[in-house]
Amino acid sequence: MAAVAKKIGQDAIEKNGWLRTHKWLLLRRFSQLGILGLFLAGPLFGVWIIKGNMSSSVLLDTLSLSDPFVFLQSVFAGHYPELSVLTGAIIVAVFYFVVGGRVYCSWVCPINIVTDLADWLRRVLKIKTALHFSRSSRYVFLVMTFLMATITGMLVWELINPVTMIQRELVFGMGLSWVFVLSIFVLDTFISRRAWCGHLCPMGAFYSVLGQYSLLKVNAQNRADCNDCMDCYAVCPEPQVIKPALKGNDSPLINSANCTNCARCIDVCAKDVFTLKHRFINFKTTTSRCAY
Amino acid sequence: MNNSSSHSLQTRRRFLENISRAAGGAVLFGMGLSLYSQPSKSLPAGAIRPPGVNNEIDFLSACVRCGLCVRDCPYDTLKLSKLGDSVALGTPYFDARDIPCEMCEDIPCVKACPTGALDPELTNIDDAKMGLAVLIDQEACIAFQGLRCEVCYNVCPVRDKAISIDYLHNKRTGKHALFIPVVHSSDCTGCGKCEHACILDEAAIKVLPIKLAKGELGKHYRLGWEEKNQAGESLVTPDIKHQYNLPEGTRYDYEGDGLIQPDKAPQKSTPFEKSALDRLNGGSL
Repeated sequence: MAAVAKKIGQDAIEKNGWLRTHKWLLLRRFSQLGILGLFLAGPLFGVWIIKGNMSSSVLLDTLSLSDPFVFLQSVFAGHYPELSVLTGAIIVAVFYFVVGGRVYCSWVCPINIVTDLADWLRRVLKIKTALHFSRSSRYVFLVMTFLMATITGMLVWELINPVTMIQRELVFGMGLSWVFVLSIFVLDTFISRRAWCGHLCPMGAFYSVLGQYSLLKVNAQNRADCNDCMDCYAVCPEPQVIKPALKGNDSPLINSANCTNCARCIDVCAKDVFTLKHRFINFKTTTSRCAY
Repeated sequence: MNNSSSHSLQTRRRFLENISRAAGGAVLFGMGLSLYSQPSKSLPAGAIRPPGVNNEIDFLSACVRCGLCVRDCPYDTLKLSKLGDSVALGTPYFDARDIPCEMCEDIPCVKACPTGALDPELTNIDDAKMGLAVLIDQEACIAFQGLRCEVCYNVCPVRDKAISIDYLHNKRTGKHALFIPVVHSSDCTGCGKCEHACILDEAAIKVLPIKLAKGELGKHYRLGWEEKNQAGESLVTPDIKHQYNLPEGTRYDYEGDGLIQPDKAPQKSTPFEKSALDRLNGGSL
């Protein structure tokens, strides 16, 4: 019973110290806020490292970068794109294909900070409410955003997409988009756990598809050491992805497209079961390496 | 064996249930969203798109709302619509009364656009059609009161082509002219400098979306005199030369002078007589 009452990650903190137990979390927050900061440095301080917003931008006045999800919506809406946005979308898509599609969600998207906070509050306040959404809902929504773009000939999802909306209004001046963000916070905190990022967001679904075969994956390579403390499940935004790798007999690779590579499981594991590795790591060599 | 097949049947059923629930939710949501999206198809009359937008619907299919045009506008004219504004969310526009378009020759906003939502074929800013200036309130415009203003005319970057001054008779004083600004849609770029500069508290001249501001003559309509000029002759029954049996030595002027009798007293400076009969009879007294 004492183990149940223990704080999540307590073992890891005792073993590795607070800083190492929050290493990836802090790095992610640094990345999320840093990217936002780079976009804001222009309008606030006149330092134009990157111009535009996350839908499309220009890095150092030369490299065009575009969000492939927003780009695809405009293609489905019937627009024949210019080369600039096309190459920009390809560059970004290749990047996420390599590092993991949903790295966008956990390392870039500003909404993630809000939904992580909501999940943390749920844990601290022990809120147990559960309105059930299917985790596949997001794929249906993803198909719908493209379908709707085709039918209406507009980027309809961009009229209400909270992800692009909030970061655009943070960079270009705040309107009422905070209402959307607050709604997501309330939904995730009081109504359903991880409802937005883990179940509904079509942008996350798009990046899941993009990262299905991405090169960088979390690997439960020391799964033999697992002591079933369940801390990784508690902090994981997509806990269903862990079990096949941690408890299965096949590859220890977390191969699900829904894994965001947030690496929070690496942080909280006192037994150092998880690590970030490229996907080609061989199951047999890892086990033999464990034997050393 | 039987057990496992019934189990797989159960998971399949659950899967189908989940999918159909999500699909149902998505369809409901999609219908709501399409209703919500309808008003954003029409740009509000007060908002002007940057140069290079030929058609609002095409623009909304292309713009990814990145704001690069806004960033490269040297006069801070352009802004991105925020949630709560009536312009389609995140798209660039400007308010001419606030800051008009300065019509930069290198058109940096169009160059910045990565998608082609702002048409890259627009290379001469004078060809831009952001909107059309309309002298919308003739009651308030002081030129119609007979006062000299012509500010809109003088600030126009395409002065004398997009806005010219027509002289009309001032009926109030009877002897002065009204200096009336007239907008010509062929040359107006919709930059909004006239609206910005209008000296009234509320501008009498305003830039409107072309669709709202411009009338169009029916395609079947032909203007007789133009057709006649083009063809070199009348296309209908040839004009019959008017013939009157006039007293000998007199002729008739159709354009106001009436009956002319060269023998009689010279024409008066005013064509108007005290009585219409006097004029018909030669106006001599």
